[in-house]
Amino acid sequence: MTTSTEPYVLNIGPQHPSTHGVFRLRVVMDGEKIKDLDMIVGYLHRSMEKLAEERTFTQNIPFTDRADYLAAMTGNLGLAIAVERLAGVEVPDRAEYLRVIFSELQRIASHAMANGTLISDAGAWQTPLLYMFREREKILDLFEMTCGARLTTNYMRIGGVAFDPPPEFWPALQELVDELPDRIDEYHELLVSNEVFLARTRGVGIISAEDAVNASLTGPALRGSGVPWDLRKTDPYSVYDRMDFDVVVGKSGDVYDRFMVRMSELYQSVKIIKQAMSQIPSGAHKTDIPLALRPDVGEIYSRIESPRGEIGFFLVSDGGPSPYRFHLRAPSLINLSLLNELGRDAALSDAIVTLGSLDIVVGEIDR
Amino acid sequence: MSGDIRPATPMSRQIAEHRSLLVRTLALPRPVLMIISLLFAGFIISQVLVGYLVISGELDGKWYDIRDLGNAMVSLDGVIRNSEMDSRISLALAYLVPTLLGATGIVSVVGGWLLIGPWVERRLIAKFQIRQGPNRTGPFGLLQTLADALKLMQKEIIIPRGADRFLYFAPPIAVFIPAILGWAPIPWSPKMSYADLDVGVLFVIAISSLGVLAVFMAGWASNNHYSLLGAMRTIAMMISYEIPISVSLLAVVLLTGSTKLSEIVLWQSEHGVWLIMIIPFAALAFLFASTAEINRTPNDIGEAESEIVAGFYTEYSGMKAGLFMGVELGNAILVGALMSTFFLGGYTLFGLEEWIPGYLILATKIGLVYFLFVWIRATLPRFRLDQLMGFAWKFLIPVSIALMFLTAIESSILIRWDVPNFLSMGLIAVVNIGAAVGLTLAWMRLLFRDADLSAPPPPVLTREMGGLQAAKALRG
Repeated sequence: MTTSTEPYVLNIGPQHPSTHGVFRLRVVMDGEKIKDLDMIVGYLHRSMEKLAEERTFTQNIPFTDRADYLAAMTGNLGLAIAVERLAGVEVPDRAEYLRVIFSELQRIASHAMANGTLISDAGAWQTPLLYMFREREKILDLFEMTCGARLTTNYMRIGGVAFDPPPEFWPALQELVDELPDRIDEYHELLVSNEVFLARTRGVGIISAEDAVNASLTGPALRGSGVPWDLRKTDPYSVYDRMDFDVVVGKSGDVYDRFMVRMSELYQSVKIIKQAMSQIPSGAHKTDIPLALRPDVGEIYSRIESPRGEIGFFLVSDGGPSPYRFHLRAPSLINLSLLNELGRDAALSDAIVTLGSLDIVVGEIDR
Repeated sequence: MSGDIRPATPMSRQIAEHRSLLVRTLALPRPVLMIISLLFAGFIISQVLVGYLVISGELDGKWYDIRDLGNAMVSLDGVIRNSEMDSRISLALAYLVPTLLGATGIVSVVGGWLLIGPWVERRLIAKFQIRQGPNRTGPFGLLQTLADALKLMQKEIIIPRGADRFLYFAPPIAVFIPAILGWAPIPWSPKMSYADLDVGVLFVIAISSLGVLAVFMAGWASNNHYSLLGAMRTIAMMISYEIPISVSLLAVVLLTGSTKLSEIVLWQSEHGVWLIMIIPFAALAFLFASTAEINRTPNDIGEAESEIVAGFYTEYSGMKAGLFMGVELGNAILVGALMSTFFLGGYTLFGLEEWIPGYLILATKIGLVYFLFVWIRATLPRFRLDQLMGFAWKFLIPVSIALMFLTAIESSILIRWDVPNFLSMGLIAVVNIGAAVGLTLAWMRLLFRDADLSAPPPPVLTREMGGLQAAKALRG
């Protein structure tokens, strides 16, 4: 007698503990194995790109907070740089350094969140997540001190930043930067050699370098596969070309490598912040631009390295005060596109961990 | 960063104003301090008096000897039997009263734990996770569980479409049966045990497999794929891990020569060792397999939250889900009690049980084992299903069976030759630990002969940017 099983459909999401937002996976399963996997997005669609055509360039900055809500600073920065390149706005040096400091702080906060939730997806009872939240909280405190908001910062402006940090910001930042390497070492001790974590992540969700490039992956997902590509080096923006830092690259492209790339990038971010703190000049923190900035007719694609990868803005100007077309290249959406290949024939648990390691933010996918 | 740049929330103010219990006590007004010290002195004097009573042997076997609540029961039994009632009535009463009293005792232990356990677990995990835990409802947040239970009871009970109504309603009750029955054979003191069965070990193994039924019913009747997946995982895991549990208990039985739980405890007390010292592999196998049986991390794949939401009880709402969650806590201390009885000397503590009530010693040991469970839960991620099953079938079962045969040889030698106790126990311990370590290493080498066990390579730091060409160059 032969026994056989029938495939069945399992809906993971839109409400599920490990879909990182309202995102749905329709999985065809055979026992514990995934046979086919559909990604269904659009539950968080807010029509951002269309709405942006009705608002001035400056009024569009809050939208970028809410696209990648775990890395609002880099979203702000991406749009600000795009508009500056389109309209030819000069940015004072101090503002550039402040932008670097805040986007690197945001990178640390975002990577802490990404790795913490990845380990929670692997089944740890939120302990690593809450440890990483300890540092994230302090970074959000710094944001709050400077611009009054913790999550949706709306801090970068076209031609600079919104506010100069208050005097008490600098000692607090110094203290944080001094203690961060110790904290990161602590995570390494806790997690990197944890046998259960290694068993769950090594050799799981392998993306080869060729696949990663062909699927246009960016960010830690690409670097985890061994491709040394980081826009801070390859297409430097702001003052990153004056900073001395390394790019972290993984070996085998599995979940563990993506985790480790994020983990080691924390050290590099601290290094960049330290240099920016020592080099920062005094002076104005923004240039004055007209309230309704009217760039010349033209179009631009401008990209920066967000914690999740290449966040790009495609702006078309018809000479009016608002963009004629506003498009956001969201790294989460494109990194997610490989999940179908990764999940097929994997166990459900592996697919969940792989999804966690791709570090998606649904606000950015659906916009 | 210091506290002053944070906005002053009620919580941060509370943390800033927090003083330790000692400081707060010393700051009390003088008359209150006097009363407290008088009470303390009275307590010390009473303890000295009790100590005198214990030494004089005056207390042994009296009904008010609270070191062993069994004494009171024996006296009650005598009173009922010697009363001038009709002999049939007194016989019936002599049977009924201790039965009901004992059952009430067990149910109140489990029920009391359900009231306080969630608070303990949440507070402990909160401490591991550098946060506060429930501390708002009642003193130290102790009423939080009560508030949660009240909330759960008010919730609507939703029956999923297509659910099998009887099978759907039975499991929340059915899971409690093994969780309470399992307490019956556990000895709390020499005379204090609900049913000191001659086949206690068999009873424990039989009861522990009952839980599977409720899980199966819940998973099947819910008409939900998550429930079904959770039930399949749990059943597969529970059935696999019952074998290492049985084999390690068999080692205990072989060594002690009894399946009666009280005699297992007595054997450990007579030989002055805990079984975990002389058969550590069996003890650890029992502990690990128990975490699988009761669905705790790292083996909580049956209700892996990040994968299958709540596993077999996904479709249960309100107090029904609460019962499932509660029974997990109840099972955790039941496993703690079994672990303490079999491997940690039960209610004995190297002669100290003459002075401290045995049930308090057992409760402390249960607490320690439970703390270990919470610690593991707060620290480790969970395994994958195939890894867990592989661990059971490829490693735990063969190695514990091999070590069980070793224990059988040792116990037959122990029976035949008269060796001084400390020598025999020491030899057994050394042989068993050596064999366990050696066998584990050899077996691992065999299992992983092709696997790459080297530490994962650290990520590479580079400044040479590029696409696939650069990636190839980096790979070397």
